[in-house]
Amino acid sequence: MPVQYRSIIDEHTATRSAVGMFDVSHMGRLRFSGADAADFLDYMVTRRVADLRPGQIRYGLVTNDQAGILDDVLVYRLADADGAEYQMVVNASNREKILDWLNQHAGDYDVRIDDATLETAMIAVQGPQAISLVQPLVDCELAGMKYYRCGSANLAGHQALVSRTGYTGEDGCELIVPSEDAEAVWEVVLGAGHSVGAQPAGLGCRDTLRLEAAMPLYGHELSEVINPVQAGLAFAYNLEDRNFIGRDAIARFEKDASLPRRIGLSLSGKRVPREGCPIEIDGRRVGEVTSGTFSPTLSRPIAMGYVEPDHAAEGTKLAIDIRGRREPAEVVSLPFYKRPH
Amino acid sequence: MKPEELHYAKTHEWVHVAEDGPGGKTATVGISAFAVEALTDLVFIELPEVGRDVKAGESFGEIESVKAVSDIYSPISGKVIEVNDKLPDNLDLLSEDAYGEGWVAKLQISDESGLADLLDYAAYQKLCAEEEH
Repeated sequence: MPVQYRSIIDEHTATRSAVGMFDVSHMGRLRFSGADAADFLDYMVTRRVADLRPGQIRYGLVTNDQAGILDDVLVYRLADADGAEYQMVVNASNREKILDWLNQHAGDYDVRIDDATLETAMIAVQGPQAISLVQPLVDCELAGMKYYRCGSANLAGHQALVSRTGYTGEDGCELIVPSEDAEAVWEVVLGAGHSVGAQPAGLGCRDTLRLEAAMPLYGHELSEVINPVQAGLAFAYNLEDRNFIGRDAIARFEKDASLPRRIGLSLSGKRVPREGCPIEIDGRRVGEVTSGTFSPTLSRPIAMGYVEPDHAAEGTKLAIDIRGRREPAEVVSLPFYKRPH
Repeated sequence: MKPEELHYAKTHEWVHVAEDGPGGKTATVGISAFAVEALTDLVFIELPEVGRDVKAGESFGEIESVKAVSDIYSPISGKVIEVNDKLPDNLDLLSEDAYGEGWVAKLQISDESGLADLLDYAAYQKLCAEEEH
């Protein structure tokens, strides 16, 4: 996946106004089968997944004993199982780490874990026109499929797993197809999308899109030294009546208000804060930027970062040290951008 | 200005030396079309400070794109006597006319010896071809 095909801003705008197509085949796709697959995943993921009905998808985290985040993942309960009952989509950079972690803990369970990353490809079709673009190409009803649902489909003669998911803050879907069909599927969808302005879109705008939508990115907002509570991801774990690795630590962190919190920052100047820029108040360092960019939709610099909890309230005026000069920044509510309905 | 007649820094700035301006030789400095295209999605330029003395190779401005910020290095030693005030609100000038309307700064040259370290057009073209791979 290139950083950009032509221009980050053009590709960003195409995704917000029409359709952007992303080759996200680098994401890891792990599949699970066996009598204990549901129980095993439920023990490995911060949200309950054992109750997923076929065709449902849930976002969750994989945490260690100390509640450090090992990855953020999507767990799919596959609708028409061709052997595998569950799928987990993991970040490319964490694929081997998560595979090792899962295998380490799989011993007591009747579960088989297969890495389907290389034999499949994944294409994200994102934007307000994405569903109407893909609908005529598939034999399943997409408009009636809710967000975070998936189903098998025939896409122009190719077998595909279609899900209403994405990482852009727009409506859309993702297509998982056998890798040998990837090029043909890409061409069919892009060709059909030509009339609505669909564009191939790269990693550069994937980052600006997800940042506007305030979606955390592993290695930036999420890491093994960040826990889900301080990351503001309360929706991504449930602690009631269940057990999983990291559960007790998360419960402790819920009562601990001392750790830095994830915040959103908006800047009035033009200089763009980047990862690692110190966040200050009255010349004192109170945090650090984890992601920053120029927001093409809002036409101003935005950032996410972690600050001491006393300075995390909306409306707090802070300064960001951008290459030696302090730029004013204000804590704002997240997300920066929400799609109109 | 014709790109063939300019000198280039390895950091992608161009310089044009005018013979005998008032008070000595002056130089016009800009950013090469190759660099502007590679940066794409420009969002901000910080112009050099008028009156500042700079040495060849010293950072005296910055240019920011959506994905990253880059320093602008002075390709020659001298005092900044003028900057292109139109640029900050018209970043398109950089891509439309990198060697003309898109100029960045003018300097009164204090030391010409640095010119010898710059590349001519052919050598710069070669450098760009290498960086593309």
